Amino acid sequence: MTQTLEPRAMGQDLVRRDGPAKVHGTAIYADETPVENPLYCRVVQSTIARGRVRSVDTTEASALDGVITVLTPGTAERLASTDDAELAVLQSDDVGFRGQIVAAVVAETFEIAREAANLVRVEYDAVDHDTRLSADRHDLYAPEKVNAGYPTDTDVGNMEDAMALAPVTLEQTYTTPMQHNNPMEPHATTALWDPARGDGSGPGLILWDSTQGVHPMRATVRGVLGLEADQVRVVCPFVGGGFGSKGTPHANVVMAAMAARAVPGRPVRLVLTRQQMFSLAGYRTPTIQRMQLAAERDGTLRGIAIDVVEQTSRIKEFAEQTGVPTRKMYAAANRRSTHRLAALDVPVPSWMRAPGECPGMFGPEVAMDELAHELDLDPVELRIRNEPELDPETGKPFSSRNLVACLREGAERFGWAGRDLTPRARLEDGWWVGTGVAASVYPTMRQAQSTAAVRFDGGRYIARIGAADLGTGAWTVLPQIAADALGVPVEDVDVLIGDTDFPVASVAGGSSGTATWGSALVEAAREFRDKFGRGAQDGDEVEAGVRPNPDAGSYTMSAYGAQFAEVCVHAYTGEVRVPRLYGVFAAGRILNPRLARSQLLGGMTMGLGMALHEQSVLDPRFGHVVNHDLAEYHVPANADVADLQAHWIDEHDPHVNAMGSKGVGEIGIVGTAAAIVNAAWHATGVRVRDLPVTLDRFLT
Amino acid sequence: MKPFAYQVPGDAVAAVRSVADRPDASFLAGGTNLVDHLRLGLIEPGLLVDVTSLTSDEITDHEGGLRIGAAVRNSDLAADRRVRERFPVLAESLLAGASGQLRNMATTGGNPLQRTRCVYFQDVSTPCNKREPGSGCSAIGGSTRNHAILGASEHCIATQPSDMGVALAALDAAVQVLGPGGERTIPFTELHRLPGETPERDTVLEHGELITAIDVPDLPIARRSRYRKVRDRASYAFALVSVAAALDVADGVVRDARIALGGVAHVPWRARRAEEALRGAPVSEQSYREAAEAELADARPQDGIDGGNGFKIPLVTGTLVATLRELAGEEA
Repeated sequence: MTQTLEPRAMGQDLVRRDGPAKVHGTAIYADETPVENPLYCRVVQSTIARGRVRSVDTTEASALDGVITVLTPGTAERLASTDDAELAVLQSDDVGFRGQIVAAVVAETFEIAREAANLVRVEYDAVDHDTRLSADRHDLYAPEKVNAGYPTDTDVGNMEDAMALAPVTLEQTYTTPMQHNNPMEPHATTALWDPARGDGSGPGLILWDSTQGVHPMRATVRGVLGLEADQVRVVCPFVGGGFGSKGTPHANVVMAAMAARAVPGRPVRLVLTRQQMFSLAGYRTPTIQRMQLAAERDGTLRGIAIDVVEQTSRIKEFAEQTGVPTRKMYAAANRRSTHRLAALDVPVPSWMRAPGECPGMFGPEVAMDELAHELDLDPVELRIRNEPELDPETGKPFSSRNLVACLREGAERFGWAGRDLTPRARLEDGWWVGTGVAASVYPTMRQAQSTAAVRFDGGRYIARIGAADLGTGAWTVLPQIAADALGVPVEDVDVLIGDTDFPVASVAGGSSGTATWGSALVEAAREFRDKFGRGAQDGDEVEAGVRPNPDAGSYTMSAYGAQFAEVCVHAYTGEVRVPRLYGVFAAGRILNPRLARSQLLGGMTMGLGMALHEQSVLDPRFGHVVNHDLAEYHVPANADVADLQAHWIDEHDPHVNAMGSKGVGEIGIVGTAAAIVNAAWHATGVRVRDLPVTLDRFLT
Repeated sequence: MKPFAYQVPGDAVAAVRSVADRPDASFLAGGTNLVDHLRLGLIEPGLLVDVTSLTSDEITDHEGGLRIGAAVRNSDLAADRRVRERFPVLAESLLAGASGQLRNMATTGGNPLQRTRCVYFQDVSTPCNKREPGSGCSAIGGSTRNHAILGASEHCIATQPSDMGVALAALDAAVQVLGPGGERTIPFTELHRLPGETPERDTVLEHGELITAIDVPDLPIARRSRYRKVRDRASYAFALVSVAAALDVADGVVRDARIALGGVAHVPWRARRAEEALRGAPVSEQSYREAAEAELADARPQDGIDGGNGFKIPLVTGTLVATLRELAGEEA
C-alpha cells in the first residue's frame, strides 16, 4: 500500500491559476507564439482516397509573390523513419486516404499560403477505394492485440451454452458512428529550425505545439526526423482542448517541422483548418457491437458477450478496445468478447475521450436496459444484482468499487424511486417524458515514466515537470499535490509545466496525468524533505521519478459512475431534449472540486453530444467526411440540456496512489449516451440502437 | 483566397454601377455568408462593393405596413416593438436563426440572399451544379438529410437556409430593388427561384441589382403568427423543417391562414395549397393534417447515405399540426 498524503491543499476548491491569463487573452497558444518574421504553411490534400500522385505542378503556386517554397513528394526531405505511415508525410506518391497531405506551401503570409495552395495542381492515378464498414465484410481480421495491450478476444466458460440454457436471453446489435474530437483550438504548431543555436550546440528544432504531452511529442518527432533528443525542444504551456486528438502526434506536426527545416532560421506557423482536422487529426472509429445477455428470471446474469466490428486505416492499424469493459463490468460466469477490424481507405483512427470504454459501454448498458424491461425489473436493481465481488476477469479484488453506491446516490438525487417501468406512459405538454440510467467505468492508470524536480528558491518551492494542461487544471492541481507532499502552504509552491526543458512527463491521456505526475511530485517532495529536512537553502534541488504501484498486481483499479437522464421527445416533431442529466461518480479523492466538476460536466456534455448529435458522415463515393465543419457536425449547445449535475461520493482508496485519486477526465463521457437512449425509450417506447438519437427515429 | 479590390462608393446608385460594370464584382453587407465563401474558395470576386452604409438602416411605417431598410441588422429588426406586435412570426424567425453575434452583423437585405448550406456546394473538392454548372450534383445519392423534398430538380436538391425568408414569404412581403435600369418591386415569394436546369441562380435578381428595402404590408392576421423551427439541436443549427404560420379562426372554423415552409425547397416555400385547404375548414387536427397532405402531395424525398430525407414528410406534417394547434389556442 502506498503511503497516502494528508490532504490540506488537496481537496480545496481553488480557482485555476491560469484563469486570469485565459480570460484576459494573455495566455499564449501555439499559433500565437511571439516569433520574429514568421512564415505560414498551408497543406494541400489529396482529392482521391486511394492511388498515386502522378504529378504535382507547382509552377503557378511558386510564381506567386511571397511564396518561399512548395514541398511535394518529389522535393520534400527524406525522413529518417517512415515506420509510422501516418507520419511519413510526403515520403512517397502513394495515397492511402482522401485528405492525405500531398503538398505544402510555405509563404510570407497566411493569405498567400492559402492562395498558393489552391494553385498547386496535383494529378492522380486513382484506383477504386473502399470505405464501407459492415459486419458482413469478408475481409474482417483479428488484430494481434487491441489498444492498451489487451487481448483481442476472450472466452471464459461457454457463452453458447449459456444462451441456449438461460430462461431469458437478449441478442441485439448496437452501433456508434464515426466521431471527431473537435477541440476548440485546432491542431497548431509554430516551428523553428535553428541551423546554429546561440549556445553553439549545433542545429536544433523548436516546436511550439498544441499537444497533450511535450515529451511524447518530442520522442516521436525526433525519431521521425532522425534527431537527437537534445536537438528538439517542444513547448506547450496551454492547450485549447485535445480530447485525445493531440495525444499522439499527427501528420501536421511532422509537416510543420519539415516546413521549418526547409527554411532554416525562420519560424513557420501551421494551423489545420477545421475541415482539415476531419482527415488529419484522428477520430473515433465507428463501432458495431453485437451483444448477447443470458439471464435468470431474477436478473442474475449467466452470460455476457460482445462481438465488436470496427475500422482501421489500410495504412496503419488502430484497434479500439471497445469490448474490454464488458469483460469485467458484471458478474457472469460465461463471458466472450471479440474484436474484428476492417482495414479501409480512410484516415487513421486515433484516441478520443475514453477510448474503449466510451463506445464500449454503449451496447452493454443499453442491452442491460432492454433486459431489465424483459424481466420487468428496475434497471438500477438489475445492475445491483450483478455487482461482482471480485473482478470477473482476473479474480482479483477491486482496490475500491462503488458502482452500487453511485447508483443509489444517483437514484436518490434524481428522484428515481417509484418510477413507472412502463414506457410511453407520460405525456406532458406535448412531450413524451422518460427517465433512464446507465453505469460508467474507467480504469485507473499510472504511467511508467515521469520525473519531477523540486527546488527551493527565494523562499518558494518551484517544481518542474513537462506535464500538460489541456484546460483541465494541471497548473492548479499539481501545486496542491506538491504543497501537501512538501507540507507547506499551496501559496508557496509553483509547478512549471509544458516544456521539454523540464523533466520528462507522460502524456495527458487515459485519465492518468494527475495520478502519474502527482506521484512523481510526491516522490520528489519526499526526497527533498529527506535530503534537506525543513531547513532548505536557496538552490537546494532534487529530482525523482514516479515508481511502479506496488499494488498494481494485486488489485483491479477503476473509477465508476452512474448516470441518470430525463428525456423529452416531442409528440409531433420527435425533437429530443434532455431537461436533466445527473452523474454520480466514485473516483477516489477529488483533488479540486471545481476542476473535477468541470471535467465531469465536460465529459457528460460530450456524452450528450454523442447521444444526440455527433456523427461524421463519410461519403463512400468520395471517401471523406462531408459534414466537416461545426455548422454541420453538431456538438451540444447550452439549450440542449437544462439541469446538468455532477456529484461524487467520498471514496478512500489507499491503493491507487499517494493522493488517493483516480482521474476524472474520461469517466464522465462513459455511459452518458446509454442513459439518454434508455430514457428516450422509456419516454416513447422506441428503442434506438444506432447513435445518434435524432428526431427522425420518433416520426411515423 | 484570391486578392480582391474593396470599394465603398458614395451612394447606392454608384454601388450598383460599380457592380453592374464588372461581372466579377459582388456586393458586401454583413458578410456573414460571403466571407465564409471567400475563405472556402467558393467564390473568387475581383471586387467587393461595401453597401453597408448605403441603404437605410431604419424601419419606417409605410402604407399601413413597415418598410425595413436593407441595412437594418437582424438583431435590431427582431427587437423592434412594431415587428414584435404586428408580425411576431418575423421576430421569431430572426431569433431562431444563427447566433447573437451573427444577427448583430447580418442585414435585412443580405439575409434572404444567403446561399445553401449543402455540404457539397461548400466543398470545392466535390462536383456541384450550383457552384460549377454542369459538373453534376453530389448531393443526389449523398448526404441528403438537409435537402429538398419540394420543387427540386435532377440538377440540384439544395435548400434555401434563411429563416427570415420563410416568415417574409408567409407575410406577402415585397422586395425593393435598385438596378442599373432603375428601381423595381418584386413580391418576396418571387425573389427566389427553383433550381430547374440553372441551379447556379438562387434568385431572379440580375447582376448588379441591389435590395434597398423590404416592405411588409399591413396584415391583421399576422398579429397571431408563429415561427416554429425544428432542427437537430436545440439552438444554433439550420432548420430541418420550419413553419411560418398565421391563423384566423372564428366559431370553430378557419377563416384565413398564411403558411410558408423552410428547409424543404430551394425557395422559402409558400404553402398555398395548405392555405386553400384550411380556409373554411373546421378547427381540428384532422384539418391541419389534410392541409399538410395537400401541400406535400408532390413531395419527392431523397435517399441518402445518411438515411435520406423521407422523414421530412411526417416532420412537416407534425410541425405544421403542432404550430396550427398552438395558434388556434389549443394545448400543444
